Amino acid sequence: MDMPRHWRLKDQRYNLVGTECLSCGAKQFPPRPVCPDCHSKEVQPLTFSGQGEVYSYSTVFQAPLGYEEFIPYTVALVKLKEGPLVTAQLTDVDNDEVRIGMKIEMVTRKLREYGEDGVIVYGYKFRPIGWY
Amino acid sequence: MKRETSNVKREASNVKREASKEEDNVRDVSIIGIGQTKVGEHWEKSLRELAVESLQVAMADAGIEEADALYVGNMLGGEFAKQEHLGTLIADFAGLRGAEAFRVEAACCSGAAALRQGYLAVASGLHDIVVVTGVEKMTDALGCITAAGLALAADGDYEASQGLSLVAVHALLMRRYMYEYGAANADFAMFAVNAHRNAVGNPHAMFRQPISRDAFEKARMVADPINLLDSAPVADGAATVVLCPAGRAREFNEQSIRVTASAVATDSVALHDRRDPLFLESAYLSAQRAYRQAGVGPADIDVFELHDAFTIMSALSLEACGFARRGEGFKLAQNGDISLEGPIPICTMGGLKARGNPVGATGVYQVVEVVEQLRGQAGPNQVKGPRLGMAQNIGGSGATAITHILAVPN
Repeated sequence: MDMPRHWRLKDQRYNLVGTECLSCGAKQFPPRPVCPDCHSKEVQPLTFSGQGEVYSYSTVFQAPLGYEEFIPYTVALVKLKEGPLVTAQLTDVDNDEVRIGMKIEMVTRKLREYGEDGVIVYGYKFRPIGWY
Repeated sequence: MKRETSNVKREASNVKREASKEEDNVRDVSIIGIGQTKVGEHWEKSLRELAVESLQVAMADAGIEEADALYVGNMLGGEFAKQEHLGTLIADFAGLRGAEAFRVEAACCSGAAALRQGYLAVASGLHDIVVVTGVEKMTDALGCITAAGLALAADGDYEASQGLSLVAVHALLMRRYMYEYGAANADFAMFAVNAHRNAVGNPHAMFRQPISRDAFEKARMVADPINLLDSAPVADGAATVVLCPAGRAREFNEQSIRVTASAVATDSVALHDRRDPLFLESAYLSAQRAYRQAGVGPADIDVFELHDAFTIMSALSLEACGFARRGEGFKLAQNGDISLEGPIPICTMGGLKARGNPVGATGVYQVVEVVEQLRGQAGPNQVKGPRLGMAQNIGGSGATAITHILAVPN
């Protein structure tokens, strides 16, 4: 069930916490102990705004084990306002209406379930801004 | 682009160091035997049986009965075949009990990683006779389990856990490529058509029938824009090569082939962590290192077995390895440059697409096929008089790239 694995990721999954390099200013999601750009170890946590746009997307028709209930679902590379790309599912959107450049925002949704006796894993997905 | 530039500079400063290192310390390495099973759905054969079968063919080809070491390339033996500890298991069942043996893993380029390990062992002078086997047994598992296993080549916490299959990760890459360069789905058709055409002449290939452009355009989507015929099929298979110091090659085989370059380079595992997702920096770096070791350039390569797990990867590999400008790799398929008669034949025995993609074995199949071409044993698929062949095996969506250049000895 690997519950600790999901629990460990709570800051990233619920709040999009990454890191910012104090040396060169590069912003990273997920968080990293070493800046991949300047190799500085002087990094601090940074909470991203969750605002961004679609950089690329794909609608999945053959899912890996554990994600079949969502078929067909659209996944995206999300370009966050602060710079980094994040991989996530889109939600509250018609699969056919997704376009590169579409403005989106982070929401918390169910990522998957582990059966009747298992946990439900929650995390970030993205939806169009102004959807509600 | 910033990181790309800095890595390119660093590469340049490495030139001298690497060149002198090679001259001083390492031995030339030759391939003296090859073996492969047919790629496909082998319901009647286990992982160990497939591995041993290819190993016996290669050892007979090399005329050896003993080896100093066996390195096994395999990605998902534990997940798909319920077996780890493959080096020792396969060594034992192949009659090599006592030899050094272990498994090497680098996702979809585990096969080439095992060859790299074998190359290092022989080049360093620590071993003389080394056997390298790539094996994968995938068809026992259900499709959704296979997809979940393969997704582990991507970032488990930040890609796979969001519901992405490995196909979906490549689909994100392909969509953005099409957007940036104005390519359409159908523009990638000829990569698949070429691979299938070549597989017809390969008795070891999984799909020995041609496909039409029309069939490609009508194929169902797996993760759009990637359709079924953009994608290489999962399969069972094993391939083996036997290595020895070039100075001893003639003792074993009149038709030995020289390994003139072996190079590995890495990028981020996750696609979203790349500075420039549309440039395969790992493929670029490993190809540059390989060209330098061999003292050649892309124009000298007569056959190129590239990593066509998806058609988009063919385009990106051709660009990264210097055969096409950025954004123009897909055009090489359209104008026939990649056919057996073209200036840069790729996937000459069917590629991953039509020979089949038993993931951890694929890198060794590629090298076996280059050896067949260089020996003049490629049958109806024989490219005319090749002297230099290149194989590039890629792990994940471009995270790891391993390039080998092989040559007919002078």
